[in-house]
Amino acid sequence: MSGPLLEARGLTLAFGGVRAADGIDLEVAHGEILAIIGPNGAGKTTFINMVSGYLRPRAGSIRFEGREITGLPPRRIVRLGIARSFQIPQLFAEHRVIENVALHLAARDGFWAPFRPLLSPARRAEALAILDDLELARLAEARADTLDEGARKLVDIAMALALRPRLLLMDEPTSGVAAAEKHAIMARLVAALRRTSVTAVFVEHDMEVVARHADRVAVWSQGRILAEGPPEAVLADPSVRREVIGVEGTAC
Amino acid sequence: MRRYLPVAAAVALLLLLAVLQPWLRFVLTIALSTGLAVLGIAMLLRAGQVSFGHALYVAAGAYAVAFARPHLGEGLLLLLLATLVGTLLGLLVGLFVARYRDIFFGMLNLAFSMVAWSLLEKLYGLTRGTDGIRVARPMLLGFALEGAAWEWALLLAALAAALLAGALVARYLASPAGSALGAIKTRETRLEFAGVSARRVLLQAYVVSAGLAGLGGAFVALATLHVTPLLAYWTHSGELVFVAILGGTGNVLGPFLGAVVFELVRVHAAASFPDAWQMILGLVLLAIILTAARGLVGLLDDLAARLGRRG
Repeated sequence: MSGPLLEARGLTLAFGGVRAADGIDLEVAHGEILAIIGPNGAGKTTFINMVSGYLRPRAGSIRFEGREITGLPPRRIVRLGIARSFQIPQLFAEHRVIENVALHLAARDGFWAPFRPLLSPARRAEALAILDDLELARLAEARADTLDEGARKLVDIAMALALRPRLLLMDEPTSGVAAAEKHAIMARLVAALRRTSVTAVFVEHDMEVVARHADRVAVWSQGRILAEGPPEAVLADPSVRREVIGVEGTAC
Repeated sequence: MRRYLPVAAAVALLLLLAVLQPWLRFVLTIALSTGLAVLGIAMLLRAGQVSFGHALYVAAGAYAVAFARPHLGEGLLLLLLATLVGTLLGLLVGLFVARYRDIFFGMLNLAFSMVAWSLLEKLYGLTRGTDGIRVARPMLLGFALEGAAWEWALLLAALAAALLAGALVARYLASPAGSALGAIKTRETRLEFAGVSARRVLLQAYVVSAGLAGLGGAFVALATLHVTPLLAYWTHSGELVFVAILGGTGNVLGPFLGAVVFELVRVHAAASFPDAWQMILGLVLLAIILTAARGLVGLLDDLAARLGRRG
């Protein structure tokens, strides 16, 4: 397929006087893993929210696989192949972990079959495989509201993965995950993404995670893209270091 | 088949009661019909939505029987017709109320049921107002039955309907769409981000619940052979919610267990304390809520778990 997978042009959105998006132009190529970094309030989450349909940009356009998706509701955008995970995990608290994932598997097909169980053998196996990719298989039978923050975060990602998207948007996937596990989890996640050729865009505050796992980095600042390119080049850029890493205090 | 054990025990107990106390056949038939309506309420409670208007569908089923009886002699057809009427009315109202949540959902259901109640009262020419409509006893499977035979036949028909409905609803609740009802309660927006319409999930359950209430209403009409607007009154709706909480929504046995206990407490309390039976029902519910938030089935589950540990 030619052309970028995702193409954003001139996205603009303001909340009161705050310009959360002030002319965002960004292309995401097939199969790449793009990290978005930037100080708090730079509009990183706003970008994810616009692409996933939660917010509608005031101006500009978003195209996915060449198709205009600007302003479509989340449900339509998901069906086109864009899934997302959330900064604050959005789980079905009273369901078990495996049911959370299985509901997302079912959402692709068979959701309305009234007498086929949610946890059919095939769906159970598929859900377990996804959980295993994120080292969550041991939590499969736990109720979602009994998990710690890090596990909730990863289950949230597992749910998005279960939708088998072509583009996965993740808002701070490793925040809340114990520092010691971060890289191992990220390595497994990235391996799973590459194996299934899922393109990913993720917002991240940990520069070491970005340096190790992203193919490309885009730096957000005050609703604009300050710089973009390969991690080693971008993270070495003095203006980026001042703008992002200085504020974050987590130099690599 | 361990999981069918409680159901088998409940059926045996119910039949035993009906044999030992002939006058209970009528009470138990009413209890099972209440249980059918409450089964639907319990589905909606899983989504965290409380309908204070489901008496509307009970009344719709009962009046469907009353209006159709002069033209239709077979009881089973009347039951089917009432279910269909409840279902269609549920679809019509549901398309509107499934957009709303919580207090708005509850109050809109109440509003629709009260409109129906006042129409049933005012349109005297059609409904005979508060006098209600007498229903001639129909045939069952082509047999014209009388007395005890009729009471038994109706009780067994209600029992069969309850078992069938319970089995189908249990399977539905284990399906993705049924399971998603709980997701409406905890994180509805995430369903939308999974590409699933939460409104459709709720609407589907709502339509099923209305059909079940319509079927329950048909059994009420056949058991009492008389329908009145009181069937649609808000106290009746409240009673259904009361029974749902009493029985518990943890599994499909709860609504029927709750309904049987409710009707038995009601007839005994009404006989012994004619002036205070409502207070007694209130105290029973209070005791249940304070000691067993998951209702009677929750209580039984805990008991079974304790026995299981010991044995």
